[in-house]
Order: sequence, then C-alpha cells, then structure tokens
Amino acid sequence: MLARHRGDGVIIVTFLTALLLTIVPLPDWMRYIRPDWVGLVLIYWCLALPERVGVSTGWLTGLLVDLLTGTLLGQHAMALTIVAYLTLKFHQRVRLFPIWQQALTVLVLLVLHQLLALWVSRFIGRPAPPWYYWAPSFTGMLCWPLIYLFLRSLRRGFRVS
Amino acid sequence: MTLDHRYNQLDSLRASLSVVVYPLQLAVELPGTVTSWFRESLATRRQLQEENASLQTQLLMLKTHSQKLQSLEVENIRLRELLDSSFEVGEKVLVAELMVANLDPYKHQVLINKGELDRVYPGQPLLDAEGVMGQVVHVGPYTSTAVLITDTSHAIPVRVNRNGIRTIALGSGTINRLDLPYLPNNADVVPGDLLVTSGLGGRFPPGYPVAVVEAVQHDPGRTFANIVAKPTAKLDRSSEVLLVWPGKTPVRESDVSVHVDTDPAEDRAAAAPPDTQAAEANP
Repeated sequence: MLARHRGDGVIIVTFLTALLLTIVPLPDWMRYIRPDWVGLVLIYWCLALPERVGVSTGWLTGLLVDLLTGTLLGQHAMALTIVAYLTLKFHQRVRLFPIWQQALTVLVLLVLHQLLALWVSRFIGRPAPPWYYWAPSFTGMLCWPLIYLFLRSLRRGFRVS
Repeated sequence: MTLDHRYNQLDSLRASLSVVVYPLQLAVELPGTVTSWFRESLATRRQLQEENASLQTQLLMLKTHSQKLQSLEVENIRLRELLDSSFEVGEKVLVAELMVANLDPYKHQVLINKGELDRVYPGQPLLDAEGVMGQVVHVGPYTSTAVLITDTSHAIPVRVNRNGIRTIALGSGTINRLDLPYLPNNADVVPGDLLVTSGLGGRFPPGYPVAVVEAVQHDPGRTFANIVAKPTAKLDRSSEVLLVWPGKTPVRESDVSVHVDTDPAEDRAAAAPPDTQAAEANP
C-alpha cells in the first residue's frame, strides 16, 4: 500500500496485530477456539473502506498467514481473497445490518474461509479434522461486535477514510 | 499451491519470504524472553545452589554412563570389523531453541531459531534429550520449520531394540501416540519395548530412541497387529532441541580415540557464537 491516503498506518498496524494474535502462544484448549483474527480484521476493513482494502490486501495477508502458520503457500491466500471479494460484493448491504445480523454474515464468511482451507488441506491428503475444527468461526462471530466497535473507534479516532 | 505441494518450486520463495515474517515471530517471542530473563536474574542464591547441586549429580551420573559407552562403542566397532561391516559414528549436533509460536493447530510443526545461516537443511533430523522429535521441512535464513514424528504426514523407519524387528512408525495426529500398522500378528513385540531409529531410509541416524510400545492388540481377523507406541521425546514440552548432521564417514577402530569428524561444518563450529555451541555427539 502506498502512503497516499490518511491512515494507511492504522490499517497496516491492525493487520500486523491480527497476524501476531494468530501465532501468539495460547494454552492447548484455547488454541482450538482461537478466532480467525486476520479474517475478522479483513472483513471489517473491506466493509468500512471497500475502495482501499480489497482482494489484493486479502491475498497478501493470506500469504503472510500461510508463512506464519506453516501451511501450504497459497491456501489461506486463496481463501481470504475469496472472502474479501464476497465482502466487497455485499458491503453496501451488510453495512446497514444491525450488528447481530452482521455477526451472522461474518459467521458465514468465516466458515467459508475455513471450508476453503479445509478443502485444500483435504486435497493434499491431510486427514479430516475433528468437529471442533469449526469452533474458531463461532468464536469469531462472538468476537465480531467487539472487533467492530473497537476498529470503528480506531477508524474515527484516527480519521481513516 | 500445486507448485508448492508437488514440485517444491517455491521453497526458495518461501525461504526469502520467511525473512518478512521473522520480525513478527520475534515480537511474539518477546514476552516469554523477557519473563525468563527476569526469572533468571531474580533467582535467589539458594535456588541457584540447589540447581547447581542437582546438575552436578546428573553430570556425574552421565559421565559414568559415557565411560561405559566409550568402551562399548570401541568393542562394537571391533566386532563389526570382524564382520566386515562399517559402523558410522561421529555425528555433529547443534543446539537450537524452539520459538514460542503456535502454528496451525492441526499440523504438528514447530519453529526453531536456526536456519540456513547455520547450515540447517531440509530433511535434517531433530532430537531432544530423550529421543527423536522430527525433521526439518522448510528452511529460512534465520528460522526453520520442523515436522514432528506424530504428524499424520510423517513416518519414521524404526527397529525394536530388543530383537531388531524392523518396521515403520506412523504419526497419528495425537501428540503422544505413534502407530505401527505394518507388523504381523505373530511379531515378537510386547508393551515396554523400546523402538529406535533403524537408519534405513538414510534420513535419521541409526540407534536413537523413538518411542516405547504401549499397547499391542492382536485381532485374529486381521493380518496385522494393532500396535500403539508413545514417543520418548517430550514433543510438546521440550524447548531446546538438537539438530543432527548424520556422520557420513565410516570409522575405523584406530580413529576412535581421536575426535572423528570430517564434516565441513566443523570450522563453522569454531567460529559460531557461544550460544550456538556445536558439540560432537561422539562420546
């Protein structure tokens, strides 16, 4: 991203924080319900600033997630690209939803992200994960109101537009 | 994705990109480093003395063991020479530390703080104090990723230490279990048997402990026994690991008394900073 607009730094910092949270060590039981921070932040910025954060940002951050988590290069990149695309497609509608309805939409997007990642990993011959593989999507949905309010206050505080 | 999975074309790309994420990984590690630094510098004299005493005792015991080992090794080589077969000793090891970063929770992988600059290479065996941990899969300049022996995509050739039966131990996806699906029902394996690396396949050096057989189930309706083993390495607890360069040179009896190592990595060992002590496993 070039420093053309106001608040590029804020966006980059939120993405970096999300990446950090993705690999920060947690106790074992919490590892499996760790929300998909990068996905949530990406969805927020796609909703808020669709003309600045979009498919290419999704691809780039997805690539970083792949590097950080040691998955196949491109697995999360592809999934987040598609998530970003869909968010952009529906951003005008979703923006007007009340927050709980937004959370449900986010759930669908996060499940899609996991589904695509799962599809790739099954394709390369990894075994089927247990049922709690899907837990991060639901914790992500529960986190959405917090993320939304927090990032919105950040955006208004720093007047990112 | 296909390129990465099938042809390893992207290994160099992944290696160079791993530099980009290195600061992130360091940042994640920072709190842990700070805490352990504080703990060390604030430790009381009494604690240190106790630790020192226990380490002294341990050292004494290990020294006694290694004395015995030396004579056994010489004897082993002599016997093998009688049989006209060569024996490989003289492996080079390097101590590496695990970085505290959680990777994909469904893949058993760890991140270690040594990379290409320390001559780590893909496929290199990884041990801890108790046994084999896994092998390196991706190497970056400063860090590398290793896959543990319990990952579902991992298999390691092993041998039962008691009687030499060879088989393959597959990762189960559970951190404290290995499966041995290829042993027939009449194989002489009992719970408690130690499995060591057989060295077949040429990737792992022979003779390192891998797992202890936990349960053997004979199902008369099936050709193969159902055997479960528990890795001896502390896969989810070790914070320090050993990277091994398996020795390539057969060693003669006369050479055993001197240090045997023709590995080119030796000059690097001399130049290495003090925290990356390269030591020889050669007792």
